[in-house]
Amino acid sequence: MSEPMFSKKNLKLLSDPINNSNPITVQVLGICSALAVTAQLKPSIVMALSVTAVLALSNVVVSLLRNTIPNRIRIIVQLVIIATLVILVDELLKAFVFDVSRQLSVFVGLIITNCIIMGRLEAFALGNRPWQSFLDGVGNAAGYGVILIIIGVIRELFGSGSLLGFKIIPESWYIANGGFYENNGLMVLSPMALIVVGVIIWVQRHRNRTLIEN
Amino acid sequence: MNRNGNTYTFLYAAIMVVIVAAVLASVSMALKPKQKRNFEIEKKKNILASVKIESNATTAEKIYSEKILTEYVVNVKGDQVDGDAFNTNLKKEHAKAADEMLLPIFEFNTDEGIKYVLPVRGSGLWGPIWGFISLNDDMNTIYGANFDHEGETPGLGAEISTVAFESEFVGKKLFDNTGKLVSILVAKVGQVAPEEHRVDGISGGTITSKGLEKMLLDDFTKYQEFLKKKK
Repeated sequence: MSEPMFSKKNLKLLSDPINNSNPITVQVLGICSALAVTAQLKPSIVMALSVTAVLALSNVVVSLLRNTIPNRIRIIVQLVIIATLVILVDELLKAFVFDVSRQLSVFVGLIITNCIIMGRLEAFALGNRPWQSFLDGVGNAAGYGVILIIIGVIRELFGSGSLLGFKIIPESWYIANGGFYENNGLMVLSPMALIVVGVIIWVQRHRNRTLIEN
Repeated sequence: MNRNGNTYTFLYAAIMVVIVAAVLASVSMALKPKQKRNFEIEKKKNILASVKIESNATTAEKIYSEKILTEYVVNVKGDQVDGDAFNTNLKKEHAKAADEMLLPIFEFNTDEGIKYVLPVRGSGLWGPIWGFISLNDDMNTIYGANFDHEGETPGLGAEISTVAFESEFVGKKLFDNTGKLVSILVAKVGQVAPEEHRVDGISGGTITSKGLEKMLLDDFTKYQEFLKKKK
């Protein structure tokens, strides 16, 4: 490889998806899981990590195979690769870190349906070398994870008054204890995640006008 | 070979499927014993948690064998019958006719006397939910509870497996003063029931809450005769 491993161009693959081509807020992919798992911070973090592992690996695998995959069944091939990796990860977790596997529960299955993964395989890995694909995978997963964690923090803090299960809002603030505060029940429900995503998109486009479509 | 031809496409798909199948099957077989052991340890941990004994993956088996007094299987008439309590599969038992059903009981020696653990199993929103309820020796008052689920929604239905929810069950009663089984109501806002037969349901987890309520009533009904005999 003539190019250094962490050249400017390669680093851009990592940093772009975190900001200006963020899979959730700019490409609006992966919304379903962003709504489903972000009621609390912990599952958001776990989901972000699992997607990182699967996205980086499947990007590399597809990139390695990119010159052999028959064009007409490439989507099927990609899906099989994603599904295989997800099942492998699930089996390994069950055998070696059972507690983590218990927490992941439904998320493992949800990873397969995450459109970001298919999107990156289709848009990037099929036409680029493994190392670049790996960076692209990690970058996009990070962009996805950052948004998930922001939503998770907001929803858990205002919906349950806690973060990672630890109480943040003092008990004495609550109306039940003679205070003035009440948790916002809507925060716990999925529609609120969509509203939070909307607000994040708004803030991001306010700061970066080039993202606004005409 | 023509990469866009049918032959190539078919061959590619066939070889891919065979490789993937072989990899998944061998990984699954290689890891099966380890996974099975993890499930057993998890079950022991959960049973211990229902009698308020803390344990972790490394200590569960040792503590379990120290604290357990006896385990046996009863039928719906409440008579003890032959069977392996720990390995009884509730899913299979619940599918059987009532008079063939085997119901496991675990007796534990705790600091607060002998406790009776009854496994329960039912349906949540997305899949099965299950748990272990421990009773005091009056066979009426709940000493502790532990619930778990396969795939309830995190933050909503999945809250049934949190300590905050489980601890609500402590001290609740299965039978009313006349000796009738009323079980526990998992209440929504506005639902009224005597304090000793009611816990607060989970906001946003109504179907899981109601599934749990039904699971308790159904399964305590199966254990009813045993509980009455033992009292």
